[in-house]
Amino acid sequence: MSNKSNRLTDLLGLATSTLIVIGLYMSFLYAPTEVNMGLVYRIFFFHLAAVAAGFLGIVVVAIAGIAYLRTSARAWDRIAEASAEIGVTFCFAALVAGSIWARPIWGVWWTWDPRLTSFLILLFIYIAYLLLRASARDDARVARFSAVFGIIGAVDVPLVIASARVWRGISPVLFQENAQGFTFGLTPEMVQTLAVSISAFVLLYFYLLIQRVRLEEIRDEIVAIRRQIATR
Amino acid sequence: MNETLIAVENLDKIFGARYALRGVSLRVHPGEIVALVGPNGAGKTTLLRILATLSRPSAGALSIGRIPLPQHAASARAAIGFVGHQTFLYDNLTARENLEFFATMYHLPDVAARVRDAAQRVGIENRLNDLARTLSRGLQQRVTLARMLLHSPAVLLLDEPYTGLDQPSANRLDEIFRVAQREGRAVLFSTHDLERGLAVCDRALILQNGRIAHDLPRGDWKTLAGFMEIYARVLN
Amino acid sequence: MTFFSHIIAIIRKDLLAELRTIEISSAVIFFALIVLVIFNFAFELQVGSQEIQTLGPGVLWVAFAFSSMIGLGRSISAEKDKGSLEGLLLTPVDRGAIYLGKVASNFIFTSIMEAITLVAFVILFNPTSLSLAVIPYIILGTLGLSAIGVLLAAVAAGTLIREVMLPVLLFPVSIPLFSAGVNLTRNAFESRPFSDDAGSFGLLVAFDVIFLVVAFLLFEYVVEE
Repeated sequence: MSNKSNRLTDLLGLATSTLIVIGLYMSFLYAPTEVNMGLVYRIFFFHLAAVAAGFLGIVVVAIAGIAYLRTSARAWDRIAEASAEIGVTFCFAALVAGSIWARPIWGVWWTWDPRLTSFLILLFIYIAYLLLRASARDDARVARFSAVFGIIGAVDVPLVIASARVWRGISPVLFQENAQGFTFGLTPEMVQTLAVSISAFVLLYFYLLIQRVRLEEIRDEIVAIRRQIATR
Repeated sequence: MNETLIAVENLDKIFGARYALRGVSLRVHPGEIVALVGPNGAGKTTLLRILATLSRPSAGALSIGRIPLPQHAASARAAIGFVGHQTFLYDNLTARENLEFFATMYHLPDVAARVRDAAQRVGIENRLNDLARTLSRGLQQRVTLARMLLHSPAVLLLDEPYTGLDQPSANRLDEIFRVAQREGRAVLFSTHDLERGLAVCDRALILQNGRIAHDLPRGDWKTLAGFMEIYARVLN
Repeated sequence: MTFFSHIIAIIRKDLLAELRTIEISSAVIFFALIVLVIFNFAFELQVGSQEIQTLGPGVLWVAFAFSSMIGLGRSISAEKDKGSLEGLLLTPVDRGAIYLGKVASNFIFTSIMEAITLVAFVILFNPTSLSLAVIPYIILGTLGLSAIGVLLAAVAAGTLIREVMLPVLLFPVSIPLFSAGVNLTRNAFESRPFSDDAGSFGLLVAFDVIFLVVAFLLFEYVVEE
């Protein structure tokens, strides 16, 4: 790893932490309290930012998967693996935040609201992806199979979202309830806060991605060294 | 006719923290029968599977009948006949149906005649209507050999082909090798049966820890005992 | 044209082999029937009752899901048991033809299983207003399930825990298909106008088309090393 790219990563880390601090300030102090939901709505900034990073994760898994299948370059597989691990974490965080938000707003920890349902299924796809990685026989197979499943998973996401909508379209009671939850008026301050917190999480995603990929590179180097020693 | 049918240059195959093959180079010419010997885990199966396009090399160049692998695997396949550890047969199809199915997949003209010829060469013509799962291991192995011969491939690759064969069938396999030799095909097979393997081959390769430790033309050993001496030296 | 003759040969081979192992198909059907019986106890499904209208479609699709999963697992393990898939890969046959052949034979088989399950469902529960409109929906659902299932069964077969891996991979991905299938079936039960179903129908068709194409393109990477 060259010094220059190290420096760039550090810079990215710095930018990420700065944005997170600003995002926290804006979420808690800058954005005005929402009229209907009160203070608890502020977790929404965290929730939506995690949702964005969660979706970004599966998209990167699929892109890296396509690139891996075309080139067979191990580097792409490392990116896919890292992105899935980070994506699943954000996905889980988003669901937990959504749940905490749902409790005071809807009176329940969980509802089968289309957004939450789609996101739960995305979480399942991530988990299936990671289980697949853990159970394939050898490295090349892990890479190929997970590339294929990552692409399938990402292609499935729009279908899942569409299906949750179509499905819930027939139970108007829930639909209204959820519409009430989401149609609060966004003030300009809220929009700015949202933009900052989403950017912060996206940067955090990339920072973690780089670190995770680097860890995997080091592991590969160790394996290569062990191979050299074993065949000497 | 004097081109190389199998050419391997500096082939590596990596499985995780281990080299299954390391810097393997070899050439097999038309009309050559080459035996591949070595202890378990030496890399014999891996080498044969890579040549048969079932596995990809990690590094190195290889070609079958001048067609580079793995880039042009699709066109090389018509020139390769492979027999592996497994029979590749469908249990619930008869021997004939199995052979006809594979003949169709090789896109051969006159499937019935091809199947009849191949079955005759391995001596299963009167068991063709038996379900594959009802055949003994030895008979299944013969059907497998027939499958390999269906499309008259220029290169025959066989992984432990003598397994499960009785004496007459093994002799028949030797005969298949000799016919292939006369017809200018190349044969590369692995075996643990040194006596039989060495009797039929023109050349023996000793594979050890993923490397070719020795490449011995027939003249280099006079008797089985002579070969065993070299082999024992390699293993230690 | 060779492409199609290869597909036909694969379908023929699969059907021939499957006809010789009737015991397996019987077991699959038996299993689907048991599912219907279990749901009868679980939901107190009475013959011709109102619950059939609301719960029936779900019950039916759960039975379909289970039997198609068993069918998919079998269709790939038949190729893996004696390594015959490798035998097939040794031939110059187009990998896409292998995929389409397996999808087609799987589709035919699952459809037969489902037809029997459907008849059993009608006999056992006597739903009052079941229309034949469900048949195209079931066919579309089965096609989509075969399209994605053959690919994922091939993936699962390459792992160390193939029996567990197939449902883990298949079910999350096919949730849109099941939700659309159940939706359409329910609407058919309730004889609602088609315009109510347009969304689900479009989703089902989209699922089929997208995954047939994507899986067709990806299959080669799963089976080849």
